[in-house]
Amino acid sequence: MNPSSVRFENATARYPGSDRNAIDGISLKLRGAELVVLLGPSGCGKSTLLRTVNRLVPLDCGRVLVDETDVTQRNPVELRRSIGYVIQAVGLFANMTVAQNVGVVPSLLGWDARAISERVDELLNLVGLDPATYRHRRPSALSGGEAQRVGVARAIAARPRALLMDEPFGAVDVVVRTALQRELVRIVSELKTTTLFVTHDVDEAFRLADRIVVMRAGRVEQVAEPFELFEQPASAYVRELVHAGDDVYRQYFVRSRELLRS
Amino acid sequence: MNYLSSHPWRVAALALGHVELVAAALAVALLFAVPLGIYAARRPRVAPWILGTLGAIYTIPSLALLAVLVEAFGLGFLPIFVALVVYAQFMLARSVAAGIAGIDRAQLDAARGAGMSPGQVLLRVEFPQALPVLIGGVRVAAIAMIAIATLGGYVGGVGLGVLIFNGLTLHQPAMIVAGSIAASLLAIAVDAALRLVERSATPSPTGAR
Repeated sequence: MNPSSVRFENATARYPGSDRNAIDGISLKLRGAELVVLLGPSGCGKSTLLRTVNRLVPLDCGRVLVDETDVTQRNPVELRRSIGYVIQAVGLFANMTVAQNVGVVPSLLGWDARAISERVDELLNLVGLDPATYRHRRPSALSGGEAQRVGVARAIAARPRALLMDEPFGAVDVVVRTALQRELVRIVSELKTTTLFVTHDVDEAFRLADRIVVMRAGRVEQVAEPFELFEQPASAYVRELVHAGDDVYRQYFVRSRELLRS
Repeated sequence: MNYLSSHPWRVAALALGHVELVAAALAVALLFAVPLGIYAARRPRVAPWILGTLGAIYTIPSLALLAVLVEAFGLGFLPIFVALVVYAQFMLARSVAAGIAGIDRAQLDAARGAGMSPGQVLLRVEFPQALPVLIGGVRVAAIAMIAIATLGGYVGGVGLGVLIFNGLTLHQPAMIVAGSIAASLLAIAVDAALRLVERSATPSPTGAR
């Protein structure tokens, strides 16, 4: 299969009743097995931008293309089944077991029961949960970290063309977060799926990103590789955000990124 | 008490008629209440008006409502049947609305994001989780309906109320007592049965059944 891609062209969206654009003329191109982090404070439009990809937020102007096809040309339900979606609150379906949650998109796509069951086991192993132990559990019997592992497994179950992650590790403790980040880096490099990852945590962005998109008030402030951002911040805003020029921070970010990949 | 032992088949036949009346009314009531409850859950601004109206109807004394319905439909099965359907709306629609509104937003966001159509979100995520709450509503409604249905003996000659009202007319306390006890036992049995159903519809965290 061709490498997946996600492209924004002058993407602009405004929420009903708001007097300013939530995202304002954003153009951006992601290609192949790339993990791109959208970094910025709350309200900067990073989640909105993410949600335009699977049409949970409609654009007022411009367009978004997944695999070179304008998303508005596609049936939204089919589009979403081809795109993984992970949110901070996880949102596991309380009436389903772990296995049913993970298998939800394959089941919507009409896979046969055996293929779903095999895929579920494969995915639970991939996210570090023993299938025999976890398959039949209900979401209410999982810890926060376990729940989000299931959330990630559910998102990638049907081999999506793109993976959208909206502050997925924001609600788990630091130790679990590091473990989840480590696994995400491994999973994304295995899946070769274009991944958009939203966070307001600079350290997390430096750990995970192939490229970082710094956002501010609905616009892109700078797009750069992590340490390019640090060496050549495009504005005072970016400089302050990443503590550019501060050697202690630099060493910390370098070490933090290395440790995740060791 | 003696009436129960001397006329067991008569009491059983009336009890069966009572159950049929309540069951039929409950089934028809659900046809209206489920869509109403879903609509109310989807429209939080309109919901208080819908549920408020149904609540107001629920407070109308049953004899007064029946008098109006007898005017409209004449004596027989129909007025008590319609009265039961109308009374059940409040409890049933409210439980559907509460069950669906109680599901956290994240699950709905995840369901849409996973590519479920609105109908699939309803059938696969919302309705299964609202079901235990709905069954609770059915239980409360059924008990109230069993009580109100005794008025069917007065306006329609159906159900255990026949014993109560005939007993009143004929000055036969034994008949009145028999009708009351049978109706009470029926309510208790239905309550117990639906509690079991309610419990089995609520999933256990470990997946054990």
